[in-house]
Amino acid sequence: MARDAVLQVAGLQTHFFTFGGTRVVRAVDGVDFTLREGETLGLVGESGSGKTTTCLSIVGLLPRAARIVGGAVVFEGEDLTRKSQRELRRIRGRRIAVILQDPMASLNPLFTIFRQVAEPAFFHQRLRGRSLRERVQSLLRAVRIPSPEWRMREYPHQMSGGMRQRIVGAIALAGGPRLVIADEPTTNLDVTIQAQYLDLLKDIQRDTGVALIFVTHNLGIVAKMCDRVAVMYAGKIVEQAAVRELFDAPKHPYTRALLGSMPKLGSKEPLYSIRGQPPNLANLPPGCSFHPRCPDVMPRCMTEEPRDFRPGDGSVARCWLLGDVLARP
Amino acid sequence: MSSPVLEVRALTKHFPVRRTLLGGPARLVKAVDGIDLAIGAGETLGLIGESGCGKTTTSKLILRQETPTSGTIRFEGRDIASLKGADLMAYRRAVQVVFQDPFSSLSPRMRVGDIIAEPLEIHTDLPHAAIEERVGRVLELVGLAPDVAPLFPHEFSGGQRQRIAIARALATDTRLIVLDEPVSALDVSVRAQIINQLEALQKKLGVSYLFIGHDLATVAHISHRIAVMYLGKIVETAQSDALCARPMHPYTQALFAAALPSHPDDRAPDKPITGEVPSALSLPSGCRFHPRCPSAIPVCSQTEPALRRREGGGEVACHLYP
Repeated sequence: MARDAVLQVAGLQTHFFTFGGTRVVRAVDGVDFTLREGETLGLVGESGSGKTTTCLSIVGLLPRAARIVGGAVVFEGEDLTRKSQRELRRIRGRRIAVILQDPMASLNPLFTIFRQVAEPAFFHQRLRGRSLRERVQSLLRAVRIPSPEWRMREYPHQMSGGMRQRIVGAIALAGGPRLVIADEPTTNLDVTIQAQYLDLLKDIQRDTGVALIFVTHNLGIVAKMCDRVAVMYAGKIVEQAAVRELFDAPKHPYTRALLGSMPKLGSKEPLYSIRGQPPNLANLPPGCSFHPRCPDVMPRCMTEEPRDFRPGDGSVARCWLLGDVLARP
Repeated sequence: MSSPVLEVRALTKHFPVRRTLLGGPARLVKAVDGIDLAIGAGETLGLIGESGCGKTTTSKLILRQETPTSGTIRFEGRDIASLKGADLMAYRRAVQVVFQDPFSSLSPRMRVGDIIAEPLEIHTDLPHAAIEERVGRVLELVGLAPDVAPLFPHEFSGGQRQRIAIARALATDTRLIVLDEPVSALDVSVRAQIINQLEALQKKLGVSYLFIGHDLATVAHISHRIAVMYLGKIVETAQSDALCARPMHPYTQALFAAALPSHPDDRAPDKPITGEVPSALSLPSGCRFHPRCPSAIPVCSQTEPALRRREGGGEVACHLYP
């Protein structure tokens, strides 16, 4: 692939320090991935798997208790973990944009749509007056807001949920970003509105070549949107592969279990259910974190943490099972 | 089908809305506007639709938390509107509900055992020991150990809490459970556990479910029959398999087109429908779906289509199928 890497995350470790640093929660513990121009990476995992903390580490918006303790986040050739907040502010909203789950919480209810969509163009591109108005209108048109010249004078409460999320999309696009991080952007939307929104994101990506990180727990969204997938469990990427590869030949038992637990239209087969509960990050089991729930657990899994295995089809999986397969003649 | 457990006829619920502070003509939100439903013993009826379609109002009417504007709801042959005193208590015993969010539907200040025992204390005069024994039994039914009874809800994960809510719904002599999006708030790996558990309980106890949801794949998986709602009306109803094999109403088709693929090769080439659900305050004329319908014909904006028999069983309300 000749396309340039937009983002390289290498060995990223973000830990939370609580109770005055006496307790450490390894929310992100050695995450690697690369994202190229125009590519969509799905970051999949359950609540507490570290997918949101990974994203917040990339943009430097971690809560106070969390610190990046290792690894690098290289965006367009620069390591963001070494930047000051001041420098990051010039990157966020311009070259990297973030779309969060709840549009009502991302928008300020006291300001008009115009004021909020105009902000990045006002500060980053220093547009004023008519050119600013025209810029805002064209952004709203790009996210298919009908009659933007009227709509931009309204307030968030006058919009429907789908429209609000598209407004957040317009703000994200305002700076002409190279990377958009979308954290469960459609969870609160109705199905038909979700489909419209996902198609809109795809169209925008095709037109602008922006790279997308799609954080979700929904494998259906991954199947629809993503080129590559990274499956996270307890702060680590347990499997990473091209989307077809992952659906056709999942390597890690957790990925297999997730795929099996997904209801499929028109099939009444009983769903595969993973036993147990997602782990508590403050109290992880020894060895492989998935071993207490794994249907294929071996004695080794309980004591020794598996390393990354590369079976040669471009996928990476962290599982001893694969080590056995590869070791066989 | 033998006589249904629950039978809903021409059910309507209109909410008046005051227009301005100064009065003005009162308007109506027609949340539920003349729907028929029937649920047999041991059957699951899936009710699917987007927000504002009236599915939650329907469930509230069935639970007798709201009074219908018109129409009847019969449970085991009796009109529930006329129930009073002991009969109403018996109805409340027989029909239970499980809500979407197990974090807000369980009191954080009550022990799990007390949460499950509460309906038994209200509805039965069982001695304390018998209640305790019954609590242990329903906890086992939903796959929890009986010795979790003295714990508080915060000590459980989302999936376990939803099990507790199901246990509470099963504590009395329950024949129908209204499941209002019971898995939407849960983690994916836990969703399958709960769905399998609900199916197993139904097989074992013969309880009926009204399963309300918006995720087509989940609703189709658990339901025997499905009713699709749009703006207070049922637009299509059929056996789950028949509906999946051939959705006929353009809205049902739109829901299928919008459903997420289960494999990257199934990425739908067809564009999803445009527009959003209109406000229930100003319903479109004729067929309520016509402004968004890709196959609308002139008659659709004038006359409202009635439900007619559809090919492959069930009913559909659409002018395309006269």
